Formats: sequence, structure tokens, C-alpha cells
Amino acid sequence: MSTRVKPSAFSGVKLIVKRELGQYLSTWAGYVIAAAMLLLSGLLFNVFALGSSPRYSADVLSDYFFYTSGTTITAGILLSMRLIAEERAAGTLPLLTTSSLTDGQIIIAKYFSALASLALFLLLTIYMPALVLYSGKISLGHVFAGYLGLLLIGSSSIAIGLFGSTVVKSQLVAAIVAGVITVVMLSLWMTARVVEGPLGDVVGYLALHDKHFRPFMDGNVSTSNVVFYLSVTAFFLVLSRNVLEGRRWRA
Amino acid sequence: MIRTESLTKFYGTRCAVRDLSVSIADHEIVGFLGLNGAGKTTALRMLAGLLAPSSGKIEVEGRDLGGEHAEDVRWRIGFLPDRPPLYDDMTVRGYLAFAAQLRGFDEAKVPRRVDEVLELTSLGQYADEVISHLSHGYRQRAGIAQAVIHDPALVILDEPTSGLDPVQILEMRKLIRDLKAQHTVLLSSHNLPEISQTCDRLLVIRDGQLVATGSEADLSHKLGSGAKVELELVGGGEAVEAALAKAKAANLISAYGKEQKDGAWQVQATLQTGPEVLAKACIEGGLGLRRLQPLATELESLFLELTKA
Repeated sequence: MSTRVKPSAFSGVKLIVKRELGQYLSTWAGYVIAAAMLLLSGLLFNVFALGSSPRYSADVLSDYFFYTSGTTITAGILLSMRLIAEERAAGTLPLLTTSSLTDGQIIIAKYFSALASLALFLLLTIYMPALVLYSGKISLGHVFAGYLGLLLIGSSSIAIGLFGSTVVKSQLVAAIVAGVITVVMLSLWMTARVVEGPLGDVVGYLALHDKHFRPFMDGNVSTSNVVFYLSVTAFFLVLSRNVLEGRRWRA
Repeated sequence: MIRTESLTKFYGTRCAVRDLSVSIADHEIVGFLGLNGAGKTTALRMLAGLLAPSSGKIEVEGRDLGGEHAEDVRWRIGFLPDRPPLYDDMTVRGYLAFAAQLRGFDEAKVPRRVDEVLELTSLGQYADEVISHLSHGYRQRAGIAQAVIHDPALVILDEPTSGLDPVQILEMRKLIRDLKAQHTVLLSSHNLPEISQTCDRLLVIRDGQLVATGSEADLSHKLGSGAKVELELVGGGEAVEAALAKAKAANLISAYGKEQKDGAWQVQATLQTGPEVLAKACIEGGLGLRRLQPLATELESLFLELTKA
């Protein structure tokens, strides 16, 4: 009689997250992305957010979140571009796709590993708002809201990057695919200006940064903006799952 | 325990596998034999759950692999693709532990299971070696180790001896035969002697369709030629002639030829029965039997006969 029992999906997801996190922290790629993110954020903070003339601390912090959102989006794409593409290129994807995990669980595991890494990288930037907090007058709520916004916009870019990674085998091309989608979504606010009527409103609503991130920059958390970023994330994760599942039907 | 029913796969309008219906019993080693592009890999990938069939059904231990919860069936299968799915940055031990846990093997029992599989695949001395440092032969072994680490019911090996040297092929053959004690094994190969010497049964596939199934002797018999074997017998010329004539009269062989070489008789005969029956008849005839083996050339002609368009 067989002693085999059905494995738990949670432990499989946890295992992949652990391995991916180990990959980010044990290879140069993770450190290069973290270092580049810190360097860029620090430079933008010093040159643009702090500026050369006296400013209100809250404005400095808002600008800091504005500039850091750009590095966060870029880091999200760089972290996620390899997630599936690298497995396909190395021929290791069958190890995952023949396991007891569903394609959706594989995507979720990959997503959370990149999100956890991004959260860790964001944690390293906390010294900049801490400096503003120390030498100026800002609320902790403003800092919290800003970082929640960064995590949410980062989550969306990771989902977009993961989608790019499921579509093509090359990490570079995956990053380009994700970059194009992100730029298009970022620039929808400009498109909305030339589209009239309700369609213009819809296009403006879909802009990745404009209406939805600015409230976080200013320390305001609204459910609708949180829901927007979670929806973008969910949409691209479902697309990624469908692409991965579709491979079982093609080749 | 493994059954496929009218399994069909289309890539666009091209049919890669058509109406494949086979049944494989527990602890059987079955070999897929066919030319390049015949549909072997497509069939194996469908059986591993990597590829969805266009139509048809696959059952593993009575459970439908194409059903709503295919993942519940997939972990009962171990699969070695033509390119082993190895993480180069991990040690062999770490990788096998990862693969075992990924397939739900009880975490507390993983170290012991890893040791068992390292021993089975003779990877013990490389257990703590990083996979990128392994030679091609040992990478193949690590690939087989990941396929069996979770003690699956069915092990599928796609070209397991591809790129191995003759010594490694012999070792791999033994390893595959050793798997039979615990698993049902389905493999594909272009290496005809390997298929013949490793497998209990052959499935010959041509243009995506199953054209013959059975042991090498069965297939030869079905083709009407009878398997050809070579024997090395020790004894007097008259005794050898008498034993062979008697075997022919008893319909154990249909034809034979012999020549004396290095103090023994090299005999080529066409079997009408199992080789073990002929061996017994020779020994009972008072002859020494040094060797009895199928003629490779016969196997090749059988392969060509079955796979030609």
C-alpha cells in the first residue's frame, strides 16, 4: 500500500519564497539592485527633495516619496524580470511545473519573494525620512503612508515584471516588455488630457502614478487608491498565471 | 496502474501524437522507441503532466491527470526531461532536499531520504559538491535523483543516457534497472541496445502513432523473422552439431550457422522460443555455454523495419 500523501501547497510556496530570497541575498544581482536603488534615492533626495533653498519638511518628504517611487518601480521590474525567464532559460521550470503546486501558486510564490526583497530594500532607505523627522517637523503617519504607497506601486511593478518574465525566455527582453507596459501606464495621465468625456476619465484612472500615488506622497491613505494598486497587481498576476498555464497547451 | 486512452496532441494543425492507448503495469520498465520527431518526447511530457493533451485521457494509479486537480496527480510522477532541471548554484544534497520538500516529502524524513537516493544513484561522494561542478554523467544522475526523491509511483526518463560515455551508459542501465524495485519506469532513448537490455517492453512509435508493442523477441516474432542470437559454446564439433540439430528439430530455432574460433564454437541462430530455453537445451546436451546475446544488427533491422515510413 502506498504511503504517499498529498503535499501542502503552503509549504511548497514557502519553500520557493525561501529559495528566491536566498538567491537575491546570495548573488551579486540582489546587492547591485539594492545598491543602485539606495544610491539613486540618496542622490535624488539630496539634489531635488532637499534642494538648495529652505523648504517645509512635509514638502521635502513628499518630494522624497515622489522620486523614490521611480527607483522603486525600476527595482520592482529588475527584481521580477528573472523570476520565470531564468527558470525557462536554465531548463529548471519543469521542476516546479511537475510539482504539486498549481501554476497560480508558483506565480504567487515568485511574486512574494520579489515583494519581500523589495520591502527589505525599501527598509534600507528609511534613514532619509528619519533625517527629515529628526531635523524637521513631520508626522509618522506621513512616513507610513508614503512607504505604503511605495510598497503598493512596487507590488504593481513586480506583477508587471513577472508577467514580462512569463512571456519571454530572456530576462533582458522581459525587462523591456515590463518597462514598456509600465511607461504606457505611467503616461496615461497625458493621454487622458487629450481624450474627452468618460473615456478620458477611465484612461486617467488607469494611470499608474498620477492620481493614485500623489495622495500617498502627501501622507493620505485612501481605500480606493489601495484597491487600485492591488487590482493592478492581481490583474498582472492572473495574466502571468494564464501565460504559464497556456504553456501546458502549447509546448 | 498507468493507462492512456486515445491520447492525442496537436501543435496547430500538425498532429504530434495520435490515439495513443497504452497500459503499463506496476514495476514495469517500458521503453519508447522511435525516430526523431516521432512523438516520444511529446508523449512523455503529456504523461508527466507538463503538456496538456488535445484529447484523450491519462490515468495514474486510477486518478485522472487531465482532471480539474491535475496537481494532485503530478506529484505521484517523477520526471527527468531531456535537459535535467538542476539549480547550478545548489549543492547536490541541498537540491535534492529542495526537490523532496517541493513534492511534499515529510520535512523530518527528508535528510534520510536524501541519503537513500544519494546511495541509489551513487552520488554520495558528490553530495556536498555544487551542481555546476558536476560532470555530464553525474548531472544526469542528479536529474534521476530528483525524479525519484519523493518516491513517486511512476518515473519518466527522457533520453537518460544522452551524451554519456560507454561506462556511464552501463552504470545508468544498472541504475534504471534498480529503480524497478520501487517504481514503474517509462523511458525513451535512441540507444537501441539500452532500450532492449533495460526495458521489459518496448512501445514503438512512428509519426505519433503506436505501431508495435512487446518485448524485442515478441516484436521479432510478430514481424516473422525471429530474434537472432549469438552463442559461444564449448564442446566437441559433433556434440555441438547434434545439440543444434536437436534444437532445430524441437523447433527451438529455425536456422543456425557455426564456426570454430579461439577453442570455442561461435553459433548464430534464429530463435523460435525464448533464449533461456535454448540455453537450457545446450547445457543439457553436455555443452558449455560461455555467452548468449542478441545480435545488435538484428535489433537495428527490427528498429528500421518498425519505424520506416
